Amino acid sequence: MALNLGCTAKPGNARDNKTGSWRVFKPEFIREKCTQCGMCTIVCPEGCISPDEDEFPVPDYDYCKGCGLCAEECPSEAIEMKKEEK
Amino acid sequence: MTDKPCNLFDVGHRACGGCAAALAAKLILEAAGKNTIVVSATGCMEVFSTPYPETAWGVPWIHSLFENNSAVASGVVASLKKQGRTEKVIALGGDGATVDIGMLCISGAFERGTDFTYICYDNEAYMNTGIQRSGATPYDASTTTSPAGKCSFGNPRPKKDLPAILAAHGAPYVATASVAYPADFKKKVEKAVNIPGPCYIQVHAPCCTGWGFEGEKTIAIGKLAIETGLWVNYEMENGEVTRVKKVRRKPVEDYLTEQKRFRHLFRPKKNDGEIAKIQQIADRNAEKYGTDIVLKK
Amino acid sequence: MMEIMEGSHAVARAVTMCRPQVIAAYPITPQTHIVEALAEIVANCELDADYITVESEFSALSACLGASAAGSRVYSATTSQGLALMFEVCFNVAGMRQPVVMSIVNRALGAPLSIWNDHQDSISLRDSGWMQFYAEDNQEATDLHYIAYKVAEDHRVLLPSFVCFDGFILSHTYEPVDMLNQEQADSYLPPFKPYHRLDADDPISFGLFASPDYYQEFRYENDQALRSAQDVVASCGREFGEMFGRDYSGLVEAYRLDDADTAIVAMGSLCGTVKDAIDELRDAGKKVGLLKIRSFRPFPAEEIKSALSGVSRVAVLDKNISLGSKGAACLEIRDALYGSQIPVLGYVLALGGRDVRKKDIAAIVDNAEKGRGDIVYGLREELLK
Repeated sequence: MALNLGCTAKPGNARDNKTGSWRVFKPEFIREKCTQCGMCTIVCPEGCISPDEDEFPVPDYDYCKGCGLCAEECPSEAIEMKKEEK
Repeated sequence: MTDKPCNLFDVGHRACGGCAAALAAKLILEAAGKNTIVVSATGCMEVFSTPYPETAWGVPWIHSLFENNSAVASGVVASLKKQGRTEKVIALGGDGATVDIGMLCISGAFERGTDFTYICYDNEAYMNTGIQRSGATPYDASTTTSPAGKCSFGNPRPKKDLPAILAAHGAPYVATASVAYPADFKKKVEKAVNIPGPCYIQVHAPCCTGWGFEGEKTIAIGKLAIETGLWVNYEMENGEVTRVKKVRRKPVEDYLTEQKRFRHLFRPKKNDGEIAKIQQIADRNAEKYGTDIVLKK
Repeated sequence: MMEIMEGSHAVARAVTMCRPQVIAAYPITPQTHIVEALAEIVANCELDADYITVESEFSALSACLGASAAGSRVYSATTSQGLALMFEVCFNVAGMRQPVVMSIVNRALGAPLSIWNDHQDSISLRDSGWMQFYAEDNQEATDLHYIAYKVAEDHRVLLPSFVCFDGFILSHTYEPVDMLNQEQADSYLPPFKPYHRLDADDPISFGLFASPDYYQEFRYENDQALRSAQDVVASCGREFGEMFGRDYSGLVEAYRLDDADTAIVAMGSLCGTVKDAIDELRDAGKKVGLLKIRSFRPFPAEEIKSALSGVSRVAVLDKNISLGSKGAACLEIRDALYGSQIPVLGYVLALGGRDVRKKDIAAIVDNAEKGRGDIVYGLREELLK
């Protein structure tokens, strides 16, 4: 693998770093309580929560670090942080 | 997600869980869009987003040094102008890069009327090097170079007022914001990048690692800063304050007790004298900017 | 066309014909006449460039870096304290492989404060990864700017370049200079084609940080690029000669060196004085010659070794000193001749503008013949008692 001249990089390859492995607590999204307000998507510092085809938010566990910000800010308490079994 | 197109600030970056700087980067690019060139200063955001060969940036991005992002941005702006290109230029830096070491270059770029937007993510200390005080560290915060001790209450000086300094340079638009109010922040970014000339936004970015709180509280802490009057969200247009976020103020203790950096004010016993001084800072902010909601009788 | 011009103005004219799109400059003696001249040229629409009046040299080079990365040909000029202030940016520009060209109007570094000439400023940046070319006269100072751009922007090189010429001695002196016209300049130096650039249509991240897994290889590649730039310097110098009659294919240049016993090695305007001194010494029966180093970086060690292979001794004149050690060229020449048994004697001289005359060169040759070297030449002993 040759070096990129001048220490440059093309977008996209930060994805090689699966930050989901850092997680201790895992957010579980409870569909029944979700009002699709979008707050979790807005506040996620990873940008790894996006709506599915039914407009319900779904986290990408490959990258979710389990910080809990989404659960804390969810106005309808539709996200629960659970200790992850590994 | 791996199959989806890249976000403009993409997944896989190495910020701490709950990092406000990462959230700020994401919000900035959501607001500014893909026709943006970002010039980053050295700091947490630069380091956690670009360990070679990985980059989290989906827009053209350049990092040179700690203190020169405004000067590098000046060159980018000049080059784009000569080529007739339309990208917006945003310089990004932490508070150390911005209010301390980068002051010379920022002052020069603003004085020259450079058409760019400078955004400072203010986490109130040098976090990348391990939580040392900066000119933006608040009064009495304990950092690794302003530690609380037997003869110290922490940082002995209040925050440097860089927004006022840059407004005095004749900047057409200067604003403060907080990651705790993402929609407001994005609106300000969008406004700034579309106003010709040098614009400045200082966004409050609570740092769970440096301030001592759990990552899930990043937004709650940011809100408390505003609700206590220790951070004021406002806009200045052509030197005049044009909009201020009003609050029903809470006592500053509500904010201080949530963070380890102020713990020495409460243990081993409560330091009423110092807390009163911090309350005075909040009171002065409230008076200066008129943030208090006054109930009609 | 031959014109009598001040060195700074001749350089400003040559730079204009190189068509930089962004100029960032800050005034400092004795460089100021260049940026003043360029400001006037831009103000009169004789050059379509954006001229950024930065607040410091540090920002001048930082702005050049940004403009270069965004895809423009850039120019700056500085000297002495200004270059020292750019120290951090210099390493950065080279590591980011941006082909910035900058004139260095050589001047001493304080303290004590001195506005006069020596080479301490640019020599102190010898490890930064920039090419460094030294001009003997104003003709060479102007010509080297075209060559510097062509070499720097060559995709086999992609390194920044200093064009160094002596403060006051050249910058403020009127000499006849044969200026290229714009058509000639354009035929030699094509428009800038960046290797890659900041561009929203094809986003790239510039200036990532490298962990220990990568850093050393980046430094190695930087070093390799500078070493292999020698061939490009030679070919661009040759092409210039073929087109305009002044050949710069040599990274060094010999003067009456063929049968010399004593070889003097020097850089910059000092070479003119040395050549005159050599003529007189030759008339007096002394076999003395000169090896002028035009390119200090890349350093043409092999070329130097072969040029000096037949001499009995080498006297290296350095207008700089690594305090606690020796002059920079002396150390490099000694390294180049390692194992050859040819004694290399170092003479640090002309610091802070101390004048060097023909009789000083004769005295140095005399010293060298007696094996007395590694000295600071021309000290006023009465001040040191």
